[in-house]
Amino acid sequence: MSSLQSLDIAQGSATTTSSPSVRKTPEVAKLIDISSCIGCKACQVACMEWNDLRDEVGTNAGTYDNPNDLTPSSWTVMRFSEVMVKRDAASTTQETGLEWLIRKDGCMHCADPGCLKACPAPGAIVQYGNGIVDFISEHCVGCGNCVTGCPFDVPRISQKDNKAYKCSLCSDRVGVGLEPACAKSCPTGAIRFGSKEDMLEFAGTRVADLKERGYAQAAVYDPQGVGGTHVMYVLQHGDQPELYAGLPKNPVISPMVWLWKSAAKPLAVAAMVGAVVAGFFHYMKVGPVESKEDEKESA
Amino acid sequence: MKTADNELQRYDDRTRMNHWAIALLFFLAALSGLAFFHPSLYFLSALFGGGSWDRILHPYFGLFMFVSFLGLFLRLKHENVWTAQDKAWLDQAGEMFRGNKAAMPPVGKYNAGQKLVFWLMAISLLLLLLTGVLFWHAWFPHFPIWARRIGVLLHAVSAVVLVLTVIVHVYAAIWVKGTTRAMTRGSVTRGWAKMNHPLWYEDMTRGK
Repeated sequence: MSSLQSLDIAQGSATTTSSPSVRKTPEVAKLIDISSCIGCKACQVACMEWNDLRDEVGTNAGTYDNPNDLTPSSWTVMRFSEVMVKRDAASTTQETGLEWLIRKDGCMHCADPGCLKACPAPGAIVQYGNGIVDFISEHCVGCGNCVTGCPFDVPRISQKDNKAYKCSLCSDRVGVGLEPACAKSCPTGAIRFGSKEDMLEFAGTRVADLKERGYAQAAVYDPQGVGGTHVMYVLQHGDQPELYAGLPKNPVISPMVWLWKSAAKPLAVAAMVGAVVAGFFHYMKVGPVESKEDEKESA
Repeated sequence: MKTADNELQRYDDRTRMNHWAIALLFFLAALSGLAFFHPSLYFLSALFGGGSWDRILHPYFGLFMFVSFLGLFLRLKHENVWTAQDKAWLDQAGEMFRGNKAAMPPVGKYNAGQKLVFWLMAISLLLLLLTGVLFWHAWFPHFPIWARRIGVLLHAVSAVVLVLTVIVHVYAAIWVKGTTRAMTRGSVTRGWAKMNHPLWYEDMTRGK
């Protein structure tokens, strides 16, 4: 939500020079262990409370999802998926079984953030040295390009103020040494927060435990297509992330966004400046086209 | 404006006013759009009252430019139909750039280069409108993300085509002396017409 003196900025949107980066802060991560989640939504309430957000009361769409989607004032949503899951051969249970998978959706805080890449407003999206990706709302111009850049469909543009909103990973809390509100409120310990290193290590023990319990494909979701994320999941079915309300298997910044921002634009600026310079030198070399007859007439 | 004896009328008042409306709107749309094109050009947003105002205004500049271009397009399109002579002119375009005007086949009201400018502007403006709508979320917030991705890419590409075309258009007017007055006064000299558009000159002077 706002820039913090206590957190160094690693990179900013539409900024072509280095950000101040003399301090080295360890990378942080939030680990969401889906196998330990009971779907109580305490995290949603804590998020509303800490960030002081009140969404409009919606309507029931036939699932426990409430609200039905992320909105400018709902930065996290529990997504409930009832799925028939193929159990692996090693499992003692039947071939397929019904599972209720509950995924806490929200910003993944990518190491290589597509939103930041797509944003044209200098410093409206920043990534702190600790890996948190934050929207600096007062610099946001409301163009909606972050929506285009995000591989997880997370940012939401408010129709009221035309600013983009999403989970800040409670950067204001983290900046003063606290854990995010959702992690603090989770009654089962399904949401943990710490250094990325520690979280990966803990996730490893969770995966090992799940494998012992028959989930042979259990895995940590830390997709490398976006350079890894600072919000990670432990998935029982790590080979089928799509089961979890369409979590993408190999999320990457769309090649179209790459082509647009990283290739086409610098080349095009060069082409436009080049055209003007070429015109200037062409004129100086060849000279103007004039009709001789008029000169005679006017002489 | 009245034309003197040694002059020929090339554009009437309406056409000229239409042209300059497009030109002004082009500069507004281009400068406000370039602000978001590359970080090095973001300072241009200050001309429009900052980033948010720039974002609010740019689509309207573009929309009004498209509408006013439509007027000129309908007025001039039949004079810009591509013909076999245009192909021959284009094959000789290298000579033109070397300043060897004499080597060029005679042309009518518009040469092949001018016709290309006309059609490139028309096509890029149409693309700019169609793709711009895809991410004008103040009015159209519900387009799917894949459509917005195509939209932003094609919008940027078409914008570059349009800007480059305008650079060529403006340069041609500076390069070929006696051209700008066609749009500022409406008339050109007979000498200019004879040299640059001999077939049009014949049309204009036949029976006079």
